[in-house]
Amino acid sequence: MSTYLIRLVLQRFALGLITLFAISILIFLSAEILPGDVAQTILGQSATPENLANLRTQLGLDKPPLQRYVNWLGGVLQGDFGTALTNRQPVAKLIGTRFGNTLFLAFVSAIIAVPLAILLGLLAVRFRDKWPDKLISALTLTTISLPEFFVGYVLILVFAIKLRWFPSLSTVSSTMDLGDRLWVIVLPCATLTFVVLAHMMRMTRAAIIGVMSSPYIEMAQLKGVSPFNIIFRHALPNAISPIINVVVVNLAYLIVGVVVVEVIFVYPGMGQLFVDNVSKRDLPVVQACGLIFATVFIGLNMLADILSILSNPKLRFPK
Amino acid sequence: MRLARAPLTAKLGLIIILFYILVALFGPFLAPHKQSDVVGSVWQPISKEFPLGTDNVGRDILSRMIYGTRTTLFIAFIATCLSFSWGILTGFFAAVSGGWIDQILSRWVDLLMAFPTLIFALVVLSIVPINMTTLILVMAILDSTRVFRIARALAADTVVMDFVEAARLRGEGTLWIIFREILPNTLTPLVAEYGLRFSFAVLFLSSLSFLGLGVQPPAADWGGMVRDNSLGITFGIAASLIPAAALAILTVSVNFVVDWLLDQTSSLRNQ
Amino acid sequence: MAEHLLTVKDLEIKAKVHRPGEKPFDVTLVDKVSFQLKKGKVLGLIGESGAGKSTIGLATLAYGRFGCTITGGQIILHDNNVLSYEGEALREHRGGRVSYVAQSAAAAFNPAHKLDEQITEVAINKGAMSRSEAVAYAKLLYKKLGLPNPDRFGRRYPHQVSGGQLQRAMTAMALASKPDLIVFDEPTTALDVTTQIDVLAAIKEAIHEFNTAALYISHDLAVVGQVADDIMVLRHGKMVEYGTTEQILYKPQQDYTKQLVAVRSVYKEEKPRTKEEPLLRLEKVTASYDGKVNVVQDLSIELEAGHTLAVVGESGSGKSTAARIIMGLLPPLQGKIYFEGKELTPRLKERDKEIKRKIRMIYQMPDVALNPRHTVRDTIGRPLTFFFGLQGKEREHRVVELLDQIEMGADYLNRFPAELSGGQKQRVCIARALASNPELVICDEVTSALDPLVADGILKLLMRLQEETKVAYLFITHDIATVRAISDSIAVMYQGKLVEVGQKSKILSPPHPAYTELLLSSVPEMRMGWLEEAISNRKMAAAGN
Repeated sequence: MSTYLIRLVLQRFALGLITLFAISILIFLSAEILPGDVAQTILGQSATPENLANLRTQLGLDKPPLQRYVNWLGGVLQGDFGTALTNRQPVAKLIGTRFGNTLFLAFVSAIIAVPLAILLGLLAVRFRDKWPDKLISALTLTTISLPEFFVGYVLILVFAIKLRWFPSLSTVSSTMDLGDRLWVIVLPCATLTFVVLAHMMRMTRAAIIGVMSSPYIEMAQLKGVSPFNIIFRHALPNAISPIINVVVVNLAYLIVGVVVVEVIFVYPGMGQLFVDNVSKRDLPVVQACGLIFATVFIGLNMLADILSILSNPKLRFPK
Repeated sequence: MRLARAPLTAKLGLIIILFYILVALFGPFLAPHKQSDVVGSVWQPISKEFPLGTDNVGRDILSRMIYGTRTTLFIAFIATCLSFSWGILTGFFAAVSGGWIDQILSRWVDLLMAFPTLIFALVVLSIVPINMTTLILVMAILDSTRVFRIARALAADTVVMDFVEAARLRGEGTLWIIFREILPNTLTPLVAEYGLRFSFAVLFLSSLSFLGLGVQPPAADWGGMVRDNSLGITFGIAASLIPAAALAILTVSVNFVVDWLLDQTSSLRNQ
Repeated sequence: MAEHLLTVKDLEIKAKVHRPGEKPFDVTLVDKVSFQLKKGKVLGLIGESGAGKSTIGLATLAYGRFGCTITGGQIILHDNNVLSYEGEALREHRGGRVSYVAQSAAAAFNPAHKLDEQITEVAINKGAMSRSEAVAYAKLLYKKLGLPNPDRFGRRYPHQVSGGQLQRAMTAMALASKPDLIVFDEPTTALDVTTQIDVLAAIKEAIHEFNTAALYISHDLAVVGQVADDIMVLRHGKMVEYGTTEQILYKPQQDYTKQLVAVRSVYKEEKPRTKEEPLLRLEKVTASYDGKVNVVQDLSIELEAGHTLAVVGESGSGKSTAARIIMGLLPPLQGKIYFEGKELTPRLKERDKEIKRKIRMIYQMPDVALNPRHTVRDTIGRPLTFFFGLQGKEREHRVVELLDQIEMGADYLNRFPAELSGGQKQRVCIARALASNPELVICDEVTSALDPLVADGILKLLMRLQEETKVAYLFITHDIATVRAISDSIAVMYQGKLVEVGQKSKILSPPHPAYTELLLSSVPEMRMGWLEEAISNRKMAAAGN
């Protein structure tokens, strides 16, 4: 690996960290634009000046914003997200297993959706402008922007209520083994897969067609290369980078989708926690959840960029 | 771009969109009941009196659907118009100016887009009071980053053309270059993008309402109605699927029309 | 075995055209074309864009680009009907018996694989050679084609190799499977002339050495004349004339061929220098895009009112940058620009309207120089409104006058650029530039995107307009024939520096500085044997040094 390449990757990594840093400032500052402050929100109308002042000292609100930001970020870096306002529990404890549950759901969905989408995309390209392609295109165009709750409730109505194949609520507990866990998340998983599949498949198709219409593919055809080798030797190495991008962009969709899907299926993940605490206006929890979601999102995008840098021969072997 | 030769899907899509718009415009005249009036018992099935049945507290679903369409489309329309004017203006300005103005605007948008829209909206809505104005503003600001990207990319593609340089060399001002040289060449993809962003806005608003963080009761809107009636699903009552289906039909229709519009642009560009 | 290796008989190729809002319709790209080719011989296919020459070349590989179908005729190679091939037999034919050399090697090589892998692919896949045999043979080919460091050359990726080398590597790829026929599709068109001559010589030598037959497709008759034994002239998909190279070059029968052979019908006598203050003067101008590399260095040129200065050079010579500096798009780091005796502010924004009116520009690609959404009336009328405030009838009258001047007329007022031919678009660009009654028009490669005869018409028009309006031209070009035809004085540039500058008669007659000599001697001439002569002269000169 050349030093040039290492430098590019490090640059991208640094950019990711800077973005994350900037996002943390944005999230922190969002609390500052409140009319009044957190202490007032907690105590509401019944606040007396004395207990307001007490609470402010207790929460550290009497210190200047910069110092509070540094304290908050320092805590976050050590895994301390502060204390929830409503039930006085450490935020880290509230998030605890829920983060794992969310990752589990997203991961299983991704494992199903990504290969399926790429396969369908390849199939559509292989039979471009023939009926399989047209069928896939028409179906994905129809399903591309169905809301998660529509898909979710239709699945519940059909598979949980009418057919009674799967549970309608995805309750998981720490005592369940992997098989049981997978069993209860079949429907949320299917919903998530369904929601990202159309998008991912269409983007994959476009990416591969973009590569397939380049002059070097025509050259390979003129060299009498077999269709199999054209796709796997000539097209795929060049399509990897756009496909990685497609996958990551859609994993990001998945993160957003997870929030809604968890609410539909009452799944004990971070999305639910997030939504609950937005309505309760419990700021420390909201900030923590927002920061974690953002970190995953930024991390994924960074990963995509780094992979596409690594897969580009022009960058791997500079002149 | 001839409507007569448009594919069946696009024509169908346009007719459906027109229908929604009419319902939204004339909702109060069409609805048999007020949106928050309790007129029957809970979850009554479809009948002559209640063509779509009643909801979880016994309100007429048809009436609520009509009002909900009005509310949902209105908020999404205003938000998209705001995000579009702002996004196009800044996007074109960035592309035409180039240099540090472009850099600052682009990096700012990069930063906002490094964050999933829904997550950002949730963080903000945990702080500001939730009402129609804040919803519209939050949606418009978040969406304008996407419009900025598209507008900037379209304008940047056009700006490098020699005819824009020719106008510059002649001494034409920025406004002439934006409105007379660039805009006419980017209009169709922008109209298509408007359709797409509008359907996303409808979807986004409905998602927020579904989570209980959008339009506040007792006002009716699609996402809220799905939420209100979601408990019925477990009893096999499909009331919450009605607004969800209305939303699905609209977004699919918009997609059909947008797909046709984009097809037009790409074939124009290939010529 | 038949006497001929390849027989093409009554070939007919059609394409389906899909336009939005219209029913798909057929267009005939190739209309009843027939020819024959013996082993070891080269047939040149020549014609303008749209003549169908590439389509014919690809048809010998039984390949049709998007929506093209071979609707009639026969292609016989070795007594076998090529058009009947399918599946495995077709793949055996492509690459095995006929191979293809594309115009843009940079695009036609796969960026993801090393050159060796791509060049040996066919021979290995078809089982003709083992991997080590194929690599050894590739090295031999690299050597024959004059590629540097043949033992290691193939280990590089396409983007690590220069354009001229890549084009030769593609020829090696075509030869690697020992085919019977090679189709060369404009293999040197994208190259600079001084690179073209070496690639051309390498291709010619390789064809003879390996005794393959070849179709050589080009729009440049002088180039084809160097490598072809026979030449077929094509126009709009039909054969115009078919004969030996000698007959086509020296005794053309058809008017169209005669025009092609004559190249330039324009010639302008050089105007003598006067003692007056020049219209435009650049004094030791140095400029850079990134502040590190100087794209133009110490450039000093002068142009008198009503005269034409040709700035000639290859890609990377800085000639187009010189135009950008004069226009105010790239402020120079050092040096001064004088216009009408006064120093010109370097930045476009700080120049007053009168200067912008007096200095106008015409571009290389008329397709992107016209706003596709403006009619001819809008395009030509805008400078009239902008500079002179003309409106309504007055403006309309002047637009029509300008349209008459460019030999187009009022019928075109409402047309959009998409409804004009390439030459007409360029004429509209000229009218737009002249609308402001400029003193100086900078012409940046204005004829290089056009077919030769169309380009000739544009040059004639420009000359006539100069006589009528006394406008001065700064003509930026890489084409020596154009320079000969239209200039009064010439500036030769190489890698950002001025090689020499002076009156046309002085620059074009010997003795020349080394680079001018190389440039002038690299321009293909419309006669047989030029290539051999040029190469041997060059070798002698090299031996002499």
